[in-house]
Amino acid sequence: MNLLLFSLFREKKRRRVVELTEKMVVDGGTCEWEGRWNHVKKFLERSGPFTHPDFEPSTESLQFMLETCKILVIGAGGLGCELLKDLALSSFRNIHVVDMDTIDVSNLNRQFLFRPKDIGRPKADVAADFINSRIPGCCVVPHFKKIQDLDETFYRQFHIIVCGLDSIVARRWMNGMLLSLLVYEDGVLDPGSIIPLIDGGTEGFKGNARVILPGMTACIDCTLELYPPQVNFPMCTIASMPRLPEHCIEYVRMLLWPKETPFGGRKSLGLIIIKFDMRLTRPLLTNGVVLDGDDPEHIQWVYQRSLERAAEFNITGVTYRLTQGVVKRIIPAVASTNAVIAAACATEVFKIASSAYISLNNYMVFNDVDGLYTYTFEAERKENCSACSQVPVDLHFSPSSKLQEVLDYLTESASLQMKSPAITASVEGKNKTLYLQSVASIEQRTRPNLSKTLKELGLTDRQELAVADVTTPQTMLFRLSFTS
Amino acid sequence: MAATNASKEQKYDRQLRLWGDHGQEALENAHVCLINATATGTEILKNLVLPGIGAFTIVDGHTVSGEDVGNNFFLSNNNIGKNRAQAATELLQELNSDVSGNYVEESPDKLLDNDPEFFHRFTVVIGVHLPESTCLRLGSVLWSASVPFLVCKTYGLIGYMRLVVQEHTVIESHPDNALEDLRLDQPFAEFKNHIQSYDLDSMAKKDHSHTPWVIVVAKYLAKWLSEHNSQPPKNYKEKEAFRQFIREGILKNENGVPEDEENFEEAIKNVNTALNPTKVPNSVEDLFNSEQCNNITSQSLSFWVMLRAVKDFVHKEGNGSLPVRGTIPDMIADSQKFINLQNVYREKAMQDAAAVSKHVECLLQSVGKPPESISEKDIKLFCKNASFLRVVRCRSLAEEYSVDSVNKDEITSCMDNPDSEMVFYLMLRAVDRFYQQHSRYPGTAKVYTDLSLKNSLNQMVIVKICRYGAAEPHTVAAFLGGSAAQEAIKIISHQFVPFSNTFIYNAMSQTSATLQL
Repeated sequence: MNLLLFSLFREKKRRRVVELTEKMVVDGGTCEWEGRWNHVKKFLERSGPFTHPDFEPSTESLQFMLETCKILVIGAGGLGCELLKDLALSSFRNIHVVDMDTIDVSNLNRQFLFRPKDIGRPKADVAADFINSRIPGCCVVPHFKKIQDLDETFYRQFHIIVCGLDSIVARRWMNGMLLSLLVYEDGVLDPGSIIPLIDGGTEGFKGNARVILPGMTACIDCTLELYPPQVNFPMCTIASMPRLPEHCIEYVRMLLWPKETPFGGRKSLGLIIIKFDMRLTRPLLTNGVVLDGDDPEHIQWVYQRSLERAAEFNITGVTYRLTQGVVKRIIPAVASTNAVIAAACATEVFKIASSAYISLNNYMVFNDVDGLYTYTFEAERKENCSACSQVPVDLHFSPSSKLQEVLDYLTESASLQMKSPAITASVEGKNKTLYLQSVASIEQRTRPNLSKTLKELGLTDRQELAVADVTTPQTMLFRLSFTS
Repeated sequence: MAATNASKEQKYDRQLRLWGDHGQEALENAHVCLINATATGTEILKNLVLPGIGAFTIVDGHTVSGEDVGNNFFLSNNNIGKNRAQAATELLQELNSDVSGNYVEESPDKLLDNDPEFFHRFTVVIGVHLPESTCLRLGSVLWSASVPFLVCKTYGLIGYMRLVVQEHTVIESHPDNALEDLRLDQPFAEFKNHIQSYDLDSMAKKDHSHTPWVIVVAKYLAKWLSEHNSQPPKNYKEKEAFRQFIREGILKNENGVPEDEENFEEAIKNVNTALNPTKVPNSVEDLFNSEQCNNITSQSLSFWVMLRAVKDFVHKEGNGSLPVRGTIPDMIADSQKFINLQNVYREKAMQDAAAVSKHVECLLQSVGKPPESISEKDIKLFCKNASFLRVVRCRSLAEEYSVDSVNKDEITSCMDNPDSEMVFYLMLRAVDRFYQQHSRYPGTAKVYTDLSLKNSLNQMVIVKICRYGAAEPHTVAAFLGGSAAQEAIKIISHQFVPFSNTFIYNAMSQTSATLQL
């Protein structure tokens, strides 16, 4: 499996090194010193029994790493800071980093490229500055953007992409983007179009690192069931039967805040306008100030009201820290776990870029709650993966099912877990939007379709439905398969 | 310059949610010693400075080389030629102004010659890339002074850690999958009374559907016992029958169709774990049988005094069981029923803790110590965690290295498995031996025959180790940096369980193993 990949890398390397020798400007040498890359060279200039069968030790490898190899790091947070350092000290110089966030005080316990004076500044910018000044010769280019703001031309320029993301939706989007870059000729995948994706994730003392070769090995969506959907508390518990302090806090966040609209906003005469979608985690306020988890005044308000709610039901345990944790859905984090997972990912980047060793095949989990535990296994591709199998996924419904049922399936099924799918289909030769949530006017117009049956909507057996969603950059194709 | 408490609370928020304010306090009172500011060393220290360790001291006699700067984030090329301890301290200190950084420009061997007691002041000592002889000397000093010692090394694509601690007690181990303590098999008096207060057959539908599953199971279990000669369901068949028995209790509407009673579904789902017999875990029984527990003196740590008190409780008021934990999981129920049930367990837990407290007082008195030596708060925490107590004991380095006491069994049984990481342990020992003899690390292939163990050393692995030429790739150093730092935090905070006693990480295969040597 990997032989294909290493051949492609060697090819890319040979071409680029030749190009570069022609264009290269001789560096004055101020950012090199004697022995600088000794630790790295031993892996690039010597072979051994566990190196890859295709590996040829040479001094060209180091040159490739330093001058040519381009790596993209997604995220400049807990994992991102570690990744940038690890890559820079492993002889990678052409690194880009994307992050849409700004620095917060709570980042400082582990995102070590940031200092108190940097609070409020874009993470990508500060991280790049720090690395570039600490590691002479390294050139990190920052992008203070959402990953969705960058396009194929951008992503296509990289040899390897490493993700240090904190959201499954974002991971799936990256996954989809790299899948969309794959080129098939007569049904055969062109290995030159594969960009390896190394993905790391952490939560408290747990973490995982995986290597994905899009189109060849298990992708993010192939193993979606490893991330079961986040369970929210049932509404009846929150509204009328709280038992835990968390229920009290959720009551204030979801029901009391929109009702009382503190800190500004106005209520309509007698009417409180709340659009409330059970699937979303927060109400869409149309006439009030949205609860900002980062505003201590907002959290204090929620905390006080939560205490009152709890007192009503004799529930103990509401604290300021718990309140903030529930409102912001905080995941605990420490420097050490991020260091471990980022290091494992960076090791894989090095292995793939240098072709020096066989890479991780393909998923490692780590947990240091009790001693240190790692488990490494090969995640398998899913035959009918909605992202990478290239075969439209069958949707089995009876013609008398309502469109709402299809929508529910797309969002609730463990293998799809879509967030707010927009469904279009070709009906009587014309492209028709059956339902779309993200634009209010279209949502209103297409909402009646949800209670219509598939037959009423003019849909036929074996017809394709195109579905767009935040979890993927390309539309996903489904095939309607009518049951009797 | 110390930050205000409020801003520290904000800065450390994400980690306070893991080890609490008391864990953080322990960290802030700790003073860690790092020997050798190699990449591995500085990476370990970085992950201790960021969370706010009180102070660190780097001991290093080396001067910074070009090679050092190449893989170390905390050395810069204008440090070349300067002392490595000083150079690294500056850039590590810069990470967190709450932390106090110090350095000693001296080799550990010199310190051991002139002032071994220098090391007594530290909460934990981390020795990185120490030659075998230095390691053993230092190990002996720290063992006598009961200072925990963590030995670390990155060698090519292999990471190695060895924890050396005589006895490390953990009250708050925070297990990932703890079983609940519901006492359904032996309901205490107050629980029994509470169960009696329910009459499922005469309840209105709303109450019936919002009765906690624990009560439902308790009720049906009582019926089952009366019909089965006081024998609870034991095998799969009986448990299935019991589940069906509960299912039949679900209310039906006028047409005989079962209603939607989620609490009953919960009861059925939880039958398996609910029927687990309440017993003292084996690990805790082992602790009860240990010397430290049975022989309480004025020198005994609070841990052993409290453990003995719990043991005495188990044999007396506890009737063979540990103090009730006092927590219950969330379950479908109306607020009042849930809170009332929760209070039954909470009050019993308080009662049990008070009884344990009395035993603690007696024990303290018997060794001439005042009862306030151990606080109520500590006793309550201990009782709550009674099922999860852990004690880690490691052999000394002297025992590991001595020909008479080397753990041959562990080594040979691991070597039966061709994929075992044990082979790397042996190679690292061989490398150390080579260094002792040649004052350099192996860079060319040679066959090693001078190990005290005779077994087939894998020729391929030998070649690989030589290929590494003592390289310290940054990514492997960083992996070890995160791992070792967290183990040090566990030692300092006494929360979560440290490994014992040897950890090997293989970056080639991204696998690892923990060995007992």
